Parts: sequence; structure tokens; C-alpha cells
Amino acid sequence: MSRSRQTPPRWMDWLIELYCSKEVLEDLQGDLHEYYSRNLEKSRFRADLVFFLDVIKFCRLYTIRKPKILGQMTFFNLMGNYFKTSARSLARNKLFSAINIIGLAISMSIGILMITYISELLSFDTFHEKKDRIYRVQTNYKSISSDDPYDLASTSVFVGKKLKEEYSGFEKVLLMRRNFSADLNKGENNISVSGLYASQEFFDVFSFNLVSGNPSTALVQPHSIILTQKTAKKLFDDKEAVGQVVTSEEDTYTVTGIVEDLPTNSHIQFEALVSFITLENQFAGDENSTFFEWRSVWMNYVYILLPEDQSPEVINAYLREIASTENLKTDRFVINHTLESLGSIVPGDELSNQIGPSMSWKGIYQLTLLTLFVIVSACFNYTNLSIARSLRRAKEVGVRKVVGAGRRQILTQFVFEAIIVALISVAIAYGLFLLVKPFFLQMMDNQEIVTLDFQWIHVLYFIAFAFFIGLVAGILPSSVLAKLKAISIFRDASSVKLIKGINLRKVLIVLQFTTSIFLIVGSTIAYRQYKFALNFDLGFKTDNVLNVSLKGNDPKLLIPEIEKLPEVKKISRSGMIPNTGEIWGEEVKYKDPLDSANVYVNFVDKNYFDTHEFTFIAGGSFPYDQEEGDAKFVVIDELLLERFNFESPQSALGEVLTLDRRLEDLKVEIVGVVKQFQYAKIHDEPEPVAIIQGTPDDYMHLNLVVSTDDAIALMDKLEDIWTDIDKLHPFEARFYDELIQEAYEDQAVLFKIFGFLAFLAISIASMGLLGMAVFTTETRQKEISVRKVLGASKQNLMYILSKSFIVLLIISALIAMPLSYLFFTEMVMADFVNRITIGPVELLSGVFVVFAIGLLTISWQTGKAARTNPAEMLRNE
Amino acid sequence: MKGTNLGEFEEIVLLTIASLMEEAYSVNIVDEITEVTGRKTKLGVVHAVLNRLEKKGLITSELGEPTKERGGRRKRFFQVSHAGKVALMKAKEQRDRLWSNIPELVFQGIR
Repeated sequence: MSRSRQTPPRWMDWLIELYCSKEVLEDLQGDLHEYYSRNLEKSRFRADLVFFLDVIKFCRLYTIRKPKILGQMTFFNLMGNYFKTSARSLARNKLFSAINIIGLAISMSIGILMITYISELLSFDTFHEKKDRIYRVQTNYKSISSDDPYDLASTSVFVGKKLKEEYSGFEKVLLMRRNFSADLNKGENNISVSGLYASQEFFDVFSFNLVSGNPSTALVQPHSIILTQKTAKKLFDDKEAVGQVVTSEEDTYTVTGIVEDLPTNSHIQFEALVSFITLENQFAGDENSTFFEWRSVWMNYVYILLPEDQSPEVINAYLREIASTENLKTDRFVINHTLESLGSIVPGDELSNQIGPSMSWKGIYQLTLLTLFVIVSACFNYTNLSIARSLRRAKEVGVRKVVGAGRRQILTQFVFEAIIVALISVAIAYGLFLLVKPFFLQMMDNQEIVTLDFQWIHVLYFIAFAFFIGLVAGILPSSVLAKLKAISIFRDASSVKLIKGINLRKVLIVLQFTTSIFLIVGSTIAYRQYKFALNFDLGFKTDNVLNVSLKGNDPKLLIPEIEKLPEVKKISRSGMIPNTGEIWGEEVKYKDPLDSANVYVNFVDKNYFDTHEFTFIAGGSFPYDQEEGDAKFVVIDELLLERFNFESPQSALGEVLTLDRRLEDLKVEIVGVVKQFQYAKIHDEPEPVAIIQGTPDDYMHLNLVVSTDDAIALMDKLEDIWTDIDKLHPFEARFYDELIQEAYEDQAVLFKIFGFLAFLAISIASMGLLGMAVFTTETRQKEISVRKVLGASKQNLMYILSKSFIVLLIISALIAMPLSYLFFTEMVMADFVNRITIGPVELLSGVFVVFAIGLLTISWQTGKAARTNPAEMLRNE
Repeated sequence: MKGTNLGEFEEIVLLTIASLMEEAYSVNIVDEITEVTGRKTKLGVVHAVLNRLEKKGLITSELGEPTKERGGRRKRFFQVSHAGKVALMKAKEQRDRLWSNIPELVFQGIR
């Protein structure tokens, strides 16, 4: 027996200490040691082994220490109690609970809207199996003559082909092109469809389901067309479609597949998909076509499927290589390409020429920011009122502390209470959300990209959201309460000072009202800017101008019929409609062949200037209409006059301008100069305009000047004429003013959003103010009574009670006015060329509204307090 | 009716505790049972039973003075509680009654 060690190995002891509970440990370990020393007499090994086995064997349910977490589970044990106290406290203070719950519910309904909206946007394109490996080539196009480069979602066929033919390192390259549209015929059925072109890799890259047809061959042959189920049903009723031939005016297509109707959360949307080779064949013979050129980056899309584990950087390097060679060949523009992943398309960067629906991160951030404004405001209410009321709960906290609750437990309790309130609110908020949803969808109607349908995962989001809101709203009052000292509460409850809380509350109220004023000012400005845009002096008349969309019909057939109507006074033809956001551009040269100017153009007939009452400062309209051949004349505006340095309007007459045409440059003679007018939207920088004599192919619209009291009857008559000539397309006529209104819809939407949020913010803020006013008057009831007995007048009392609130309102106004002024002049409208001047009227509007509502709220309470009979209050003293 | 009646081994442990009087702690109990019954008894089994009996309230325990041989660790001494006593009496009574019901001649036929 060595005397070196009489005890078991330390680690075995340590093992048993690890799991054994304190109550059992001492004597059990003692027992084991006793056995150990007994066994030690036989052999050390045996003793060690037995001890070890015993240590293992004694790890039983009744010996192991209850995990520490169980000790901290008091929260769960006390949850029932917390729930009960919370419910009682909520029920006792009905007014305050209502203010809290309604305020939170209103703001949370917007939060729910945002959650649903954003989660739907984030789900875009996630259904593609290879989504992590799909990339799109995007383009940065910088013209020499313009400072602003364009960021485009589109790219050139050239770059796609180049990659495919000369490079490797990807699985598939998919070429696509937008703007397929045709009127398809099959037997009796006749529908117009729009869609996309796609090369045969389409189904290798994207996971759209073909209901029938072979995905690997469907887009191989020229003139193949794939229809969505919906389109196929319209065209073929319920008959088999695959293999059938459909005809359009120019072409015939073979249906090679039917694709399942596309999910809404796809950035690729089409009714029909035509094989890309159709286009390639069509343009292959045409030497003048720019289809295969480096610079035609406006209509095509290239998607790339990378192999597993390959970085897009490799392809980016190829793209840079291609760009550097190609850009050397021209000095008129610089084009660069980069890859963006499928996941960053929607929501993604702000790009022009999107293939389908899009939403930028910027837009999402803006909406989220505005939403947070409102939500935070409602959280302030909760915080404010809870701190104010915390004195009433001080005794409860005191008792809890005496019984043994720690600060942490008190904190948990009140946060828990806030979370309960938030959970109730979120349920109500969902109801409100269902009410608001249709309006929101309507507001977004220019892009039908979201449905806001319910998904089960949302429940999880909403609960998480409620927890978050509860935490945010509840943490401040809870920590105030948790800090209370039990002894001071019991010694003299009134001595407990919540000085810090009071300052905090004031800051919160100021913030709330600043937000409200800001939002009201914002909605006023947005409204005024909208009205300003509608009533802007365009330089021509739009009253009673009815624009009829020609849709490819020959105006010569329509005009004689329409002219017969007595209501139609004048009639003209035009290519585009100015000031509706539509822009047509061309390059024009004067004498210097190297100096070409980018100008906006329109193609019109000679009556156009008369129907729109343009003001000529020299010359006049075209001498005749060109019914065949090229245009001969042009009317320019003052800016183009300046651009080419004509000495006077008169001197420009008879001069010849050169239009850049594909085959041969076109020379047109200036016959008139018009005063500057609004071609682009009023926010945009004006550019020179050339109004070119139109030829029959150029006309897209008829402009009718009508005079009638019964617009609907006139429309019916026009529609009759239309359907006699065109049975396929629906008749579409809009009054010019209506089109302008639509073009400035974004302003109206901005106004609506701001207005709505302002409404929410002000209701929440005034609810909070009401709560504070009720609280103040309640706590100062005795003081008021004494003052009244001593002879204070009602006005006096109201003044005393309202004073502090009014100071807060004034501070808010002083913060909000410069803030909103700067925000709108420097940020929102900084780029607007024509905008309203933001003056005191706009700024004071918000202040006025907030003051009115605020004062009304306060005086309601203070007035009530001032009217009470002092005897009632003092009798019990 | 688990809990009201004693298990066989429980009864043995209880009886052993009673017989050991002041010296009833786990190691002693194990030794005593081994000696009296001749069974190979393990500490693990006894420990579990002691724990169960204490939970049922049939025995009480308290820690004794620290002793040197156990590395200064105290022993836990057990005593039969009132409920334990009642349970033992009941068990004995049941057996006695059964015994008294057996006529002498029953065993005579058995060799």
C-alpha cells in the first residue's frame, strides 16, 4: 500500500460534484469514500474502478442537481400571478388601457401592413430551385452628351452572345427580350397578348412549371410560343393547345408548351413566351438593324446560371474585358456591365428598363422609416402613461420587493404587462389592417406586385412584432418601477419622486408632436405640389382635348366618321402626348455635322398646333400633311432656337435641320417657332423640343377638341364608330387633364401616404396628450379645489393646468418647422425644377392643426377639473 | 395502493434502521442487511430505497458530526418516523393475522 494516495482520483470526485445536488452530495460522497477505503485494502485498481462505476451509477433522477435554469424559472411560476395583476390593472384603469391599446393597435396595423408587404417582397423569386446561382447582367450606360449615366436592368444581345461564344465558366446563358405583343387568332377566339422572348435555356435557368410540352425543346424552334394556362384557356377554351398553330397579323406561331400561371412574386411576368431565335432570324438578314450591336442595351436581358460554388467575380472580369475592347470602338458612349444576383432584383437597386415588376430598397426604407415614426410615437404613449401612472403601482412594487422580488423580476413583470397589451393590440391591429388593406393596394395600383394575402408564417412575425413592441414600450416604465426602493414607498408614498420620468415624458411628448407637425406639413406640401403640377401653365391648352389611342388603326378611316359628330370641333393626330411622363428623343444636327443635340420630339399633323392652341413666335404650322414618304418640316421651340444659336425666331425660318436616321439622314425645314412649352413633366429639366411633321406610321393618338355637356354620350358614340372599324381592341379615349392627373399620381400618392400617417400620428399624439392631461388634473385635483375656494377663476385654473402643455407644443412647433422645411426643400423636392415655394402658410398649417387639437384635448380635461365643485374634493380631508 | 403497503425490501431496510438505532447510516445499513439476510446488497439499491422512504415520510434523517475517515464528510443518520412505525406495525399485524389463520395441520403434511 502506497501511502501517497488514500483517496479516489480527484477528477472522479469532481465528476460527482458536478451532477450531484447539494443535499445528497455530502453524505453520498462520504459513503463512497468509505467504500473506497475498504476496497483500497484489496487493490487500488479495484477501488478506483468501483468508485468510478459508483459515480456513474449514482447519476440518477433524485441525485442530480436541478439545472440552475429551473431556479430562475420563477418567471414561469409567477406568470400566472403577473397575468392576473396585469389584467386587473388594465381593467381598473379603463381609460388609460384603452388609450394604450387603441394607440398601439392603430400604429401596429401599419406595422402589420409593412411586415406583410416587405415579407412578400422578400419572397420574390425565391421559388426558383437554382436561385442562388442565377445572375442577371446589368448595364451602366453613359452617353458623352449627358452627365448622368443610366443604370439599366437591360443589356445587349451582343454581350450575351459574346459570353456564350467566347467564354466559359457558366452553365447557361439565357437571352430574353421584352415587349412581345400580338393579337393572336385561333378559330373564333381572338385575344391580344403581351409577353417576352426567351432563348431555349429559359427552363434550365428558371423553375417555371410546364404543364404540357417539353421544357428542353419548347423554345428551340423559331415561331414557337409558350402560353400561360390562363391565356391558353382564353384562346383554346379547354381544348388541347400544344402543337396547335395560332396566327397574328404578321406571323404564325406554333404552341409548344403551356406553363402554369406565374406566381405573383416573380419578377418575370408574361402571358406568352416566344422563342428568341424568332427574333434572331428576323434581324439576321437586316443589315441596318442594331439588334446585335454592342450599344443596343435597352430591350434585352441576359441571365446567367453559374455552376455550384463559382463566384460571379469571374464573369464580372469577362464582362470588364468585353467592355474595355468594345468601348474603344466608339467615343459617343461608355457601357459597362456587372452581374447582380437574382435575390437582389426585387427588392433591389433602382434600375431603369425593368423586365417586370420592381421595387427598390430605397422605397422600402422610406416606407419603413415613415412606419417607424408612427409606431415609435405610439410606444411613447405607452411609456408616457405608464410612467405617469407608476406611482399608483408603487405600493404593489413595494410589497413585491419586501416579499423578495429582485429588480429583475419587477422589470420582467412590467415588460410582461406591456407585452400583453401589445398582444391585445396586435389582434385589434390585424382587424384594422384588413380595413386598410384595400386602400393600400389601390394606392399601389400602378404596379400590381403584391397581394398582401395572409400566410401562416405571418402569425409568427406578428407575435414577434408584438413582443418587440411590448419590449420597446415597456422597458422604460419598467425600469423606473424596478428602481423604486421598498422602504421609501412605505414610509411616505408621496415622497417618491419620479423627476427623471417627468423630464423624459416631456421629451417624449415633444417628439410626438414634432412628428405630427412634420407629417401634417409634409402632406400639405405634397398636396400643394400636386395641385401645382395639375394647374401648371403648360404653354398650350389641354381643356376639352380628348385623346383617342389609335392602336394601330388607320386614322384615315376613323377621322371622317368622327368628324361627322357635331360635338367634335377640331381634330388632329400626334405621336405622343406631352407632360404625361412619356418622352421621345432624337438627335438633331444643324450646320455643324459634329454638333448633334439631344432633343425631345413629337410627330404631329398640321392641325395639332391649332387643337392645342400653341403660341407661335415666328412662322406657323406645316403647310400640308405628309400622307406618304418622309417628313419635310419641323416646328421648334425656344430652347432649340437657343441651342443652335439662331439670332432671332424669324431667322430660323427656312433653315434646315438634319435628323439622325438609320439609313439616310433626314432633312427637315423649320417652318415655325413656338414659345417654350412643357414637354416633359414639370419636375424635370426642360430640354429643347422639335415637333416634326408626322407621317402615317408616326401617329399613335387622335386629339379631338370636343364641346359637350354629356361626355358619356359622346364616348358611346365614339365607341360605336371605333367598334365598326376595330373589333379587336377596346376603345380607349382619355381627356388630356385626366392623363396629366395620372402622370402626377405619384404626388397624389405621396400626399395620401403623408396625410394618412399624419392622421395616425396626430390621433396617437392627442390620445397621449389626453392621457397626460387626465393624469395631471387628477393628481392636482386638491390643489385646484383649494385655489378655487380661494377665488381663482375658471380661466385662471385652466391656464395654470394647461401652461406646461402649451410650452411643450410651442417647443415642438419650433423644432418641427425648420426640420420639415429643410427636409422638403433639400431632400424631397431638391431636384424638382418647378415647385411650389414653401412658405409660412404650409409650415404653419401643421402647427395650427396640432395646436387646435392639442388645446381642445387639454381644455376638455382642465375645463372639467375647473368646473368640479371644490367641496366634493375637500370634504373628506 | 402503492405507498400504503411496504415493499419487501423497504420493510427490511426499515427494520434494519430500527434495529441499528443510533448507528443507522447508509454504509452500516448495507452491512447489516448483508449480514442478516445473506444477500449481496449494493449501496446504490439501499440509497435509492432510503431516498424513497424519506420521500414517503417513513423515515427522517439528519447529518451527524464530521468524521475523519470520510474526508471530513458528515454521515446521514436515519430514524424511523411515526408513519414508519405505523407502517411496520401494520405489516407485522397483517402477517400475524395470516399466521394465526393457518391451522397447525397445514404444515404437518409438508416435509
